[in-house]
Amino acid sequence: MAVEVRVPTILRDYTSGERVVLASGASVATVIDDLDVNYPGIAERLLDDSGLRRFVNVYLNDEDVRVLDGLDTVVADNDSITILPAVAGG
Amino acid sequence: MRFDSLLDSVGRTPLVGLPRLSPSADVRLWAKLEDRNPTGSVKDRAAIAMVERAEKDGLLHPGSTLLEPTSGNTGIALAMVARQRGYHLVCVMPENTSVERAQLLRAWGARIVHSGAAGGSNEAVRVAKGLAAEHPDWVMLYQYGNAANAQAHFDTTGPELLADLPTITHFVGGLGTTGTLMGVGRYFAQEKPDVQIIAAEPRYGDLVYGLRNIDEGFVPELFDSAVLTSRYSVGAADAVRRMRELLEVEGIFAGVSTGAILHAALGVARKAERDGRAADIALVVCDGGWKYLSTGAYDGTLDEAEEALEGQLWA
Repeated sequence: MAVEVRVPTILRDYTSGERVVLASGASVATVIDDLDVNYPGIAERLLDDSGLRRFVNVYLNDEDVRVLDGLDTVVADNDSITILPAVAGG
Repeated sequence: MRFDSLLDSVGRTPLVGLPRLSPSADVRLWAKLEDRNPTGSVKDRAAIAMVERAEKDGLLHPGSTLLEPTSGNTGIALAMVARQRGYHLVCVMPENTSVERAQLLRAWGARIVHSGAAGGSNEAVRVAKGLAAEHPDWVMLYQYGNAANAQAHFDTTGPELLADLPTITHFVGGLGTTGTLMGVGRYFAQEKPDVQIIAAEPRYGDLVYGLRNIDEGFVPELFDSAVLTSRYSVGAADAVRRMRELLEVEGIFAGVSTGAILHAALGVARKAERDGRAADIALVVCDGGWKYLSTGAYDGTLDEAEEALEGQLWA
């Protein structure tokens, strides 16, 4: 299953500057695994031993996966995933 | 309505129906008009609560200087409170915010220290923490980690919503410091736990996320994702489109972050309609549109407005 993954500026070193790349997988975790096959090292920037790094937000079709099922959130064909660093508001 | 002072008039804002944006008689949208607060935003609630907490804790004295990192509204609210109570205020504000915010802060007598555009409010927080270390006599209330911020919404916004809309099923608010959502969310968890708590978070242009590394990211200390039912990321294009729709269809002149909140609320409404469920969805109008006139958010086509907001902290 192919999904679009939007990569933030800070991680585009891994994707040769590409903003949007394709990856496949049935869950957020497997999509990240697949990303790491094509863009080695990127998974380590997104994950630590406890799961998603604290300052990394991942959105599935604009919805934060932390409030869904985290890395186990199911991904369907043509979904879109956006990765962003956490920033402040207010 | 009579109040002893301006500060006593904070809160108890109107909750108005949005009959033309609501999908049906069973799925209704309601707007909490927080722009009716004294400085025109929801932040008046947090500002007065944080100052009163600090006063009770003995941290403030006549002539004290407050310090706060802010993208605008909290600073403006604190400036008003500071004027009433005889404090000075220094605000650290990112340079990529609308010109009206700086004009208003100065009008209320605040001093502004600008922080760099890259990194947005993260950078403002970093600069403010540095200033706090250099000026140990200044008092940083620190809206991102000050429990009185969320508590203000637990004590006032939540109860007002439940009193005005006992049939409430969803609350949709903006995610910045997370104070509104944490406070209202915890209130409903206690009083009416089936109410869904929905966050709408601004998705900015690349510049705002231009950190040097991921470890410079920032999650407000107040934030607990367990309070939320859903969290949506909303870009400038959708936020501006909905902000204009609110003005055209319901006559409400709101700021851009309210557009993002309305976008999430309409998504929730559509889902309820599809599932054949009744819903009373309350959403926050964080502020009016006045402070955003110079940004171009109301001018030209949607594409032009989106382009004008690129790189700006619009929420």
